[in-house]
Amino acid sequence: MAPDQTTAAPVPLLSVRDLHVRFPTERGTVNAVNGVSFDLYEGKTLAIVGESGSGKSVTAKTLMNLLPRSALVSGDVTYAGQDVRALAAAGTKHFFGVQMTMVFQDPMTSLNPVKRVGEQIAETLRYHLGRSRSAALEEAEDLLDAVGMPEPARRVMQYPHELSGGLRQRVVIAMALACQPRLLIADEPTTAVDVTVQKHLLDLLDELRRDRGMAMILITHDLGVAHGRADDVAVMYAGRIVETADARTLFVDMRHPYTEALLRSIPRIDDPVHHRLDPIPGRPPELISPPDACAFAPRCLYAQADCLDGVPELSGLVGLHRFACLHPTGTERGVAAATANRAAGVTVAGLPLTGDPGGAG
Amino acid sequence: MAGTGHTQLRGDDVLLRVRDLVVQFPAGRKRVVHAVSEVTFDVAEGETLGIVGESGCGKSTVARAIIRLVDITAGEVRFQGQDLAGLEGEDLRRVRPSLQMIFQDPISSLNPRRRVRDVIGEGLAVWGDEIGSWSLDRIDELMEAVGVEARYGDRRPHEFSGGQCQRIGIARALALDPKVLICDEPVSALDVSIQAQILNLIQDMKRRYGLTVLFISHDLSVVKNVSDRIVVMYLGKVCEIGSTEELYSRPAHPYTRALLASIPEPAPTVDVSEGDIGDELPSATAPPSGCRFHTRCPRATDVCRDVEPVTEQIGDADHFVACHHPVAAEVAVRAP
Repeated sequence: MAPDQTTAAPVPLLSVRDLHVRFPTERGTVNAVNGVSFDLYEGKTLAIVGESGSGKSVTAKTLMNLLPRSALVSGDVTYAGQDVRALAAAGTKHFFGVQMTMVFQDPMTSLNPVKRVGEQIAETLRYHLGRSRSAALEEAEDLLDAVGMPEPARRVMQYPHELSGGLRQRVVIAMALACQPRLLIADEPTTAVDVTVQKHLLDLLDELRRDRGMAMILITHDLGVAHGRADDVAVMYAGRIVETADARTLFVDMRHPYTEALLRSIPRIDDPVHHRLDPIPGRPPELISPPDACAFAPRCLYAQADCLDGVPELSGLVGLHRFACLHPTGTERGVAAATANRAAGVTVAGLPLTGDPGGAG
Repeated sequence: MAGTGHTQLRGDDVLLRVRDLVVQFPAGRKRVVHAVSEVTFDVAEGETLGIVGESGCGKSTVARAIIRLVDITAGEVRFQGQDLAGLEGEDLRRVRPSLQMIFQDPISSLNPRRRVRDVIGEGLAVWGDEIGSWSLDRIDELMEAVGVEARYGDRRPHEFSGGQCQRIGIARALALDPKVLICDEPVSALDVSIQAQILNLIQDMKRRYGLTVLFISHDLSVVKNVSDRIVVMYLGKVCEIGSTEELYSRPAHPYTRALLASIPEPAPTVDVSEGDIGDELPSATAPPSGCRFHTRCPRATDVCRDVEPVTEQIGDADHFVACHHPVAAEVAVRAP
């Protein structure tokens, strides 16, 4: 997609254009990310939602320059006017981990198990900001206090295994905040913790983002988390953004059949007991030599012949409600497609529409 | 919560009754992990009982104790009138086909070196002669029933996706025609689009094979979807137990309410506004006195620290809570 700059809107903090990431493997080239574009403004949260293999984490790792050397990357990533991929290629210090930082899913593997947590936070401050050891340790304690760690003075002396999962994740967040980043990327930050702890961590991230005017990319498979916590949401499938909009529009007035199917398939707390779920039939797509067609077509109730002829483009302007679908749900074309398919009892991609669509792929 | 008590037990015509179940693990230096402490509930034939709670609440240990994967320290597990807690050797072996389990990680719970046909058929190979006639057709029938094509029977587990492996795990569990299917977080490791397939499959299998289901999960929405009745556990104790409808529309225990309030979105339709509960789960080697939840409970008073609450019925509904200050206190009537 070409960059769309139609108005003299404020400059985004982060701008990603036509990002592609491919991994050569023995079985063939894995097309992990296939042309992702988005903008993120200061102080905003973008949630990237998708299932395993959708490319959401690879996108984040590309931004943070954390991909293995074998990865083939193309596209433009601009952060506050700087070309991020050029900075990465030049081996620039004090950018990744300072300007933009990342929080990972499992706090136990992102912390050093044999080092006190205070030292680990201080290490960041000493390396990037040149603090003295004692000043850095003091600051580490303040940071732990800022992320709501009870008894920070005692905690700085503890090892990760002495902390609960929720507290460990707070340590990781404190490390990420140490250098006052303007962009925080959180990759499934609460997937490994319990619901009550999840709520506290998400509240904390929200509060920190507001207080510090940070931008945040929240990567999650949990639509509930995205709904409650993000300004904008991008839904990814097979390495592409298939729909993106502000959170309210996306969850109430979605256009892409995958977004709709995903929302219908999850049990919701206000559904009646024993409510029959609508699973998405089939299984996630192959990322090695995918066909030149809409990747969701084999599982889509709306699929028509034109869906199998080329990959649909993401329509509309960057920043507005965009979707990559020729027969969008909630439109006349979508209704017509669904009606025709139901009458035929099968979609053009061979998906039967009779009975329970829950069969294995 | 953190309660004991038996008012929640129904008559003797239940299929499975767990009474004052205690499971403790040695933790070295004479310390003991109190994983499950005097838990009592029952499951009627054909019912689905959900057990919900956070990590460390003992829900998986209860499941494992029922089929004797862990040793029972005290208490009884009565299945069809027989106490499983004291069974040994051949007697235990004979009862196990009736109680089968599926696990959280579908891939690691299947032997990677065996063909899935052999994985599913192992129980039949062991028990076949004793339970009467069976044939390889039974394996094909099971595979088709769970939605895996029988022609893939010669493949090994790694050739299947996580969702399909969970289907295979379900087929294996059903091979011996069990009465009770215990599901320990069966969809937690699966992608959201696959979760619904497996949840629907469990419901279908329950109907088709007349199963009684024990469904363990940390996910309140998932548990609500599948369960007729629910037990909420905290730190090895029962907090609240009741019909799903009752429990979700009138949650009485502060812990249940805190769990419901933590669901990210969409917001529950019931008002569950409650004081905040902290992050820190107390240690199961030295659980708090009185009500085990009192250290985090926004409604706790002195009595909660000293006296352990006993489950009491709320009104005349199928709803029991172990709390000194249940939220529905104004309408709660002491059980006779």
